[in-house]
Amino acid sequence: MARKITYQQAINEALDQEMSRDQNVIVMGEDVAGGEGSPGEQDAWGGVLGVTRGLYHKHPGRVIDTPISESGYVGAAIGAACVGMRPVAELMFVDFLGVCFDQIFNQAAKFRYMFGGKSETPVVIRAMYGAGFRAAAQHSQCLYNIFTHIPGLKVVVPSNPYDAKGLLIQSIRDNDPVIFLEHKALYTMEGEVPEESYAIPFGEAAVVREGHDVTIVAIGRMVQKAQEAAAELQKQGIHCEIIDPRTTSPLDTDTILESVEKTGRLVVVDESHPRCSMASDIAGLAAERVFGSLKAPIRQVTGFHSPVPFSDTLEELYIPSAAKIIAAVQSTKEYK
Amino acid sequence: MTKTLTREDLLKAYRTMRTIREFEERLHTDFATGEIPGFVHLYAGEEASATGVCMNLTADDHIASTHRGHGHCIAKGVDPVGMMAEIWGKKTGTCKGKGGSMHIADLSVGMLGANGIVGGGGPLVCGTALAAKLRNQPFVSVCFFGDGASNQGTIFEAMNLASVWNLPVIFLAENNGYAEATSSKFSVACDNIADRASAFGMPGITVDGFDFFAVYEAAGAAIDRARNGGGPSLVEVKLSRYYGHFEGDQQTYRAAGEVQNIRDTKDCLMQFAHRVTSSGEIAQAELDAIDAEVKALIDGSVVKAKSDPKPTEADLLTDVYVSY
Ligand SMILES: Cc1ncc(C[n+]2csc(CCOP(=O)(O)OP(=O)(O)O)c2C)c(N)n1
Ligand SMILES: [Mg+2]
Repeated sequence: MARKITYQQAINEALDQEMSRDQNVIVMGEDVAGGEGSPGEQDAWGGVLGVTRGLYHKHPGRVIDTPISESGYVGAAIGAACVGMRPVAELMFVDFLGVCFDQIFNQAAKFRYMFGGKSETPVVIRAMYGAGFRAAAQHSQCLYNIFTHIPGLKVVVPSNPYDAKGLLIQSIRDNDPVIFLEHKALYTMEGEVPEESYAIPFGEAAVVREGHDVTIVAIGRMVQKAQEAAAELQKQGIHCEIIDPRTTSPLDTDTILESVEKTGRLVVVDESHPRCSMASDIAGLAAERVFGSLKAPIRQVTGFHSPVPFSDTLEELYIPSAAKIIAAVQSTKEYK
Repeated sequence: MTKTLTREDLLKAYRTMRTIREFEERLHTDFATGEIPGFVHLYAGEEASATGVCMNLTADDHIASTHRGHGHCIAKGVDPVGMMAEIWGKKTGTCKGKGGSMHIADLSVGMLGANGIVGGGGPLVCGTALAAKLRNQPFVSVCFFGDGASNQGTIFEAMNLASVWNLPVIFLAENNGYAEATSSKFSVACDNIADRASAFGMPGITVDGFDFFAVYEAAGAAIDRARNGGGPSLVEVKLSRYYGHFEGDQQTYRAAGEVQNIRDTKDCLMQFAHRVTSSGEIAQAELDAIDAEVKALIDGSVVKAKSDPKPTEADLLTDVYVSY
């Protein structure tokens, strides 16, 4: 039975159901219970934004607060995964990756290959990302492209509650290290989500909207912005096809390229900085593989090559808007 | 021996602590109206720490701060008017509205920056201290960090580095009992953070962070030692934050009445005022006059911050690099 819940509730439900199904699933991170050792409520926070709230009492001993030691506990989650646990470590803000990246990219990502296929590291690292909260340069980055660059990591960027639940369940069941990234602005988004457990396979893009004029590939929160833009463009007689890759690694290149072959026009929307981004990656892929079907230059709508600014006027300029997507689509359509 | 405090010093210390308190209380009030953007972590309650330490420093000494950085900034001499504008996201702010509360920095007064990354400052002060040492300058560097940050690898690495290089660094642990909602009783494995000093070959001391004089003395001794080539120290101050981790925190992890009890019995401003007035060094009227001046300063900073212009599109892509 499906009912409307938020993205945040969908994530909580996926964790809850997987923890009930498999005792090896544990959740750890700073304040994921929130209140350890404190005189008041033992699960006062349930995560900095309350995403893991309630799990502490439902799964005694398996929701573990950590000291502020990201290298330590992210590495410990990876080590536990090596011996068959299925830890879900929360990094809070993805920006804190900077503190613990070695454990992720030199350790977890490489074990299986370096060890000749003899190991499995079924760890999930959850983190929130994205701009829009006046949280400034160290709490607003996207960074999925950095993880996507590393062979051995799988990278998940759900754009709605339904996908968040199904993809998180798949992440926990998956036997490789998975980076699961949640856009802060999506936590309150509501959508139909089945009560029962279900897994969405990795590497299967969703065609969010069908159209024959222009293909828009959008990542994470940008799927919403692309939908706004497409609704507006529809009124002008431009029919957009929107593709949400859902996972940037593995990437469903077939669905993207087939759509570009059909429309002949591609706009990629990615909130991160433009250089070495998902936008440039997907644009490069299309340019190399389906050049012959392109009727116009590929357009990329991204953030800027600057840290994310604090002041609201600057931050709003920084984040790709529906208006910028509309302009990019129009320019590919008008190209002669 | 640290120098004895003159009347002027005492008045300055009081003014600094009062300015921090007024600044933070005002932010607390204004945040509730929804006008102040982003995350704001208030330092109210901890004023004796920043003030007691920075009263021993000059503008040539450096400090690294934390996400809870307003007090460190004010004590080190950053202009509160610019800070207020920064927190309101204005172009006239200390950092042109690009950084906000968590990133206020002013290198001209030796303030290396608040920090959004817990534990980020430890290694940085090893660098400023190394520079002073290599240049034969008598400057010291102080890294303020919390009980939560004390568990970060960067802090451990920095303490060891400062010791093996014999650097003029003071690791100033502000133990307010909590890192977000998690208690230091859980997260810190030893009884006192200062106990860790011996593991890094440096002296460690724990002092009452509500007592300006205790902090001033302990930090002063560590700073003198560092300035004279004696190497790094770890100073732990035990204190309390009066508000939530950030504004909006409901604080259900805290015991009822915990903060009120501290405010009533230990408050650093209260203790300071009592001590200097009962000794006859300062008249209550002088403190009252400072209170009024500080209130006018902060009121003015808010009026200005509200009406100052925001940055514009032309500012978005400047300051990424020195040269393009
Ligand atoms: C590397 C990193 N991890 C986690 C956080 C999130 N965070 C911000 S402040 C904080 C608690 C810090 O506690 P403490 O060091 O005791 O300082 P206090 O807030 O008590 O002043 C946490 C976990 C962060 N900003 N950076
Ligand atoms: Mg603390």
